Amino acid sequence: MQKIIIIGNGIAGITAARHIRKKSDDQITVISGETDHFFSRTALMYIYMGHMTYENTKPYEDWFWKKNQIDLKKGWVKSIDFDKKQLHFESNESIEYDKLILATGSQSNKFGWPGQDLDGVQGLYSYQDLELMEDNTRGIDRAVILGGGLIGVEMAEMLHSRHIPVTYLIREKHFWDNMLPQEEATLIDRHLYKHGIDLRQETELQEILDDGNGRVKAVKTKSGDIIECQFVGLTVGVHPNIDLVKNSKVETDKGILVDEYLQTNIQDVYAIGDCAQLRNPPSHRRAIEAVWYAGRMMGETVALSVTDTNTEYNPGVWFNSAKFFDIEYQNYGIVLPQCPEDSAAFYWECDDHEKCIKIIYKKESLEVQGVNLFGIRNRHEVWDQWLNEKRTLDYIISHLPEANFDPEFYKHWEGEIQEKFNEKFPDKKISVKKKGLLEKIFN
Amino acid sequence: MKAIRYTGLVLFLFSLALFLGSFFMSSFILREESFDTIVKEEHQEKLKPEIEALFGKEYSVSIPFVKDIKRTVETVNEETRAKQEWDEVIYDDYAGSLARASTQGIVPENKLLFFILIYVVGAIGALMFIVPQVKLNGPPGIKNNHIFNHALNNRGWMGILTGALLIGFYILLYFFPAYITNWIIIVDPIQKWINPSATSSQWFLYGFLYTFAVLVMGVRMIIKYRHSKYQIFRTFSVMFFQLAFAFLIPEILVRLNQPYFDFKNMWPLDYDFFDAWHINTLTSAGGLGIFMLVWGITLFVVGVPVFVYFFGKRWYCSWVCGCGGLAETAGDPFRQLSDKSTEAWQIERYLVHGVLVFAVIMTGLVLYNFFGGDFYVSFNKWVVLSALILIGAALYILHRKFYPSMSGKKVRNVVIGIVGFFALGVVLSEAPVFAKYMPVDGEKFSFSSGNIRTIYGFMIGSIFSGVVGTGFYPLMGNRVWCRFGCPLAAYLGLVQRFKSKFRITTNGGQCISCGNCSTYCEMGIDVRWYAQRGQNIIRSSCVGCGVCSAVCPRGVLNLENRDEEGRFNQPILLGNDSIAINK
Repeated sequence: MQKIIIIGNGIAGITAARHIRKKSDDQITVISGETDHFFSRTALMYIYMGHMTYENTKPYEDWFWKKNQIDLKKGWVKSIDFDKKQLHFESNESIEYDKLILATGSQSNKFGWPGQDLDGVQGLYSYQDLELMEDNTRGIDRAVILGGGLIGVEMAEMLHSRHIPVTYLIREKHFWDNMLPQEEATLIDRHLYKHGIDLRQETELQEILDDGNGRVKAVKTKSGDIIECQFVGLTVGVHPNIDLVKNSKVETDKGILVDEYLQTNIQDVYAIGDCAQLRNPPSHRRAIEAVWYAGRMMGETVALSVTDTNTEYNPGVWFNSAKFFDIEYQNYGIVLPQCPEDSAAFYWECDDHEKCIKIIYKKESLEVQGVNLFGIRNRHEVWDQWLNEKRTLDYIISHLPEANFDPEFYKHWEGEIQEKFNEKFPDKKISVKKKGLLEKIFN
Repeated sequence: MKAIRYTGLVLFLFSLALFLGSFFMSSFILREESFDTIVKEEHQEKLKPEIEALFGKEYSVSIPFVKDIKRTVETVNEETRAKQEWDEVIYDDYAGSLARASTQGIVPENKLLFFILIYVVGAIGALMFIVPQVKLNGPPGIKNNHIFNHALNNRGWMGILTGALLIGFYILLYFFPAYITNWIIIVDPIQKWINPSATSSQWFLYGFLYTFAVLVMGVRMIIKYRHSKYQIFRTFSVMFFQLAFAFLIPEILVRLNQPYFDFKNMWPLDYDFFDAWHINTLTSAGGLGIFMLVWGITLFVVGVPVFVYFFGKRWYCSWVCGCGGLAETAGDPFRQLSDKSTEAWQIERYLVHGVLVFAVIMTGLVLYNFFGGDFYVSFNKWVVLSALILIGAALYILHRKFYPSMSGKKVRNVVIGIVGFFALGVVLSEAPVFAKYMPVDGEKFSFSSGNIRTIYGFMIGSIFSGVVGTGFYPLMGNRVWCRFGCPLAAYLGLVQRFKSKFRITTNGGQCISCGNCSTYCEMGIDVRWYAQRGQNIIRSSCVGCGVCSAVCPRGVLNLENRDEEGRFNQPILLGNDSIAINK
């Protein structure tokens, strides 16, 4: 029986712990300084918005850990002695391990703006950040958010739920346009306006102004505008949280470098989730993927490696999802903001500007590379299979109804999409078929 | 817009206050003429000498008036019993009809005005409060902001007050209908409008209020979920079935001299379907009566398995059923209060299937009796009580043994609740109000088909489905009855679990464990437990309301009727090719 210690009780660390328990009787300890129990980080916004309480965000009841003999330890690890295989806590305790899994997550980026450390200026990543935001936004008149990404739009939605006016500054031309192609980014821009968000594109921050007591009173943009506010959300991305091992024997770059078995340069020390950086990422994946799903998959995989079967991390087709106010987003495969030279995009947008689909395909072979879906739900399994089988655009468009995952009675848009395809590819016309009423009811 | 809302709120609160206040707004004077017309001739002679003292006496509230009448009847009965003239004992409940005939003052004189001020103004006020949300509450989408910070939605003072009002109302309705004579009189105009020859009863009042709540709150539900066609259709469906099938059609049938019959109600939820009086009413009502009897049986024998096979139990529970209708409309603000713990699920399974078994046994005995059998057993009451305590303790100990890491508090409370109920029955068997529902007979617990039916009606029909089922909406969520007590839900659930195409499909590996689905599951299913593993959700209790799918921020959940084969044990796609897992 070996002693496995996991630092970090987020999705990566906890998934690893659960899967190790499935495979073995090893002694498992999960360490976190953030919270006593695992909670869903992606649900932090819903606590602030009153959709849920903190208790609701815990995926497992508190008795679960004892029942499965997963020891939970609250505390911050100060340093690691890799030779003696020992962890030292800030509280001066220390414990030993046989195998160590680092799952320390991310930290919010700050780019050295003047005033970025004032009171009322913060990012949103941890439970403590949420508590801070609760304090920082009480009774304020206006908030400024900086950075066009997922956390930024979440923060805008959070503040909006409390009727706090939001000015949203993004450096780029459109929302999240380092990830989204222009058409989709524009669609989200429009949706943000609809919700009353004061979105200002191509606006950069000059400095954050002090009210004289160390608290923010306004922000100044590079064009000289001064926006009065009592809260500034810095959501310009995250980077791997590697403070604990930065000056140690563990090799790091932006993240903790790991091989295909998720092992670091040190035997028996692994890194997973946001903090890990793959030395040789598969061609369809990035070296650092700070998303929930990658954390979970690395946890599932490392659990095999630290127990009996050394297993390569082999993530399948890339997928992701998000929600921007009322618009849901799903993505399967690769859709880059700039379409590559050898590829083209098939794009359909609904007249209400709230739903669209973008499919990227190779110009020559029509082989599909990936899809972005807004306001339409599609089946993960179907797209995973299509992309693995390297299906062509005409095949996928004609089979698109099979992928639909919208609730019953929702209007189906595949017919319109297929007609648009037929317009664009008259030589590859596909038949637009509709299901009969009885077929619909009895499936 | 906001001004409209606040005006509406004021109007609604005025109507609510007038409704509550009208309880006190009549005086009661018993006249000899009403006594002569209402009381049966054979009882008049005996009662008159005793009751004469009350003639002409004015009461300002119903309660002492009703008490005096009941006391008088009881005094007469005691004398009769003392003389051992058992046939002469008066079992008729005259309190309600006498109170009704004795009501004086502004309420009976201005029924229609009160009706308009309470129900018409109340509905207008409520709608003025609800409808502006279309504009004020932003574009269509999920509207759950600050539910957990609200005093109504999260067991704050408003929730507790609402719960107390509802519980109080149900207790009056079921056990003290004579006290609420004023309320019954106020809905008489609408009763007369539907059926001029009828007079409103406590059950008409209940049916009217129920329909009123479903319709008004149905509008709220549709506005709240107006981005989802599934929710819109479903809400229209429950509003329609409540208004037409539960409320209007039975009343119209009575107007046409046919038996009162709710075509969508079904045994075993409709537990008096096989009562002798009901069977006799139907069989003596000609062709339509026989059709009703056959229809009622076909519905649960054929309808349930067939429809549940194709659509899951939702076809009934969240599209048709009256209890479900109220839960999905008036109950929607409280859906997040259901208990999601594994322990609650264990209690649910024992309780709901226990009630189903109880309903089947009870109905079996009633039918046995109907066809000429005679069932009677009795035990020493202390033996029964000890046995109950032993069984309860054994259940609790077993639970501790198999689930040592859980607290066991909830299981213990339920065991104490059930055993305590019977213990209290034994102790209080002297008190007439309570004793008539308990099988206690001197030193014995005696069981006959008749009193088992009475216990069922009291414990399950009144207390569980009414007082707890609806009264506890703001405290334990809107499906307490459906989840823990409804025998029909248990039956539908068994079919759904083992032979159905219905499931909630989980969309591959897209779940982010946020917990919205579990939080807003009114049946207390921990939906996330399955979704985050990529498993489909196949639970007997799922009523298919579709709210988990609506609140999911990542499009992970979908209610589907698909191949039965694909429900369990299929390979799961999590997006990770390093491992393989089955559902």
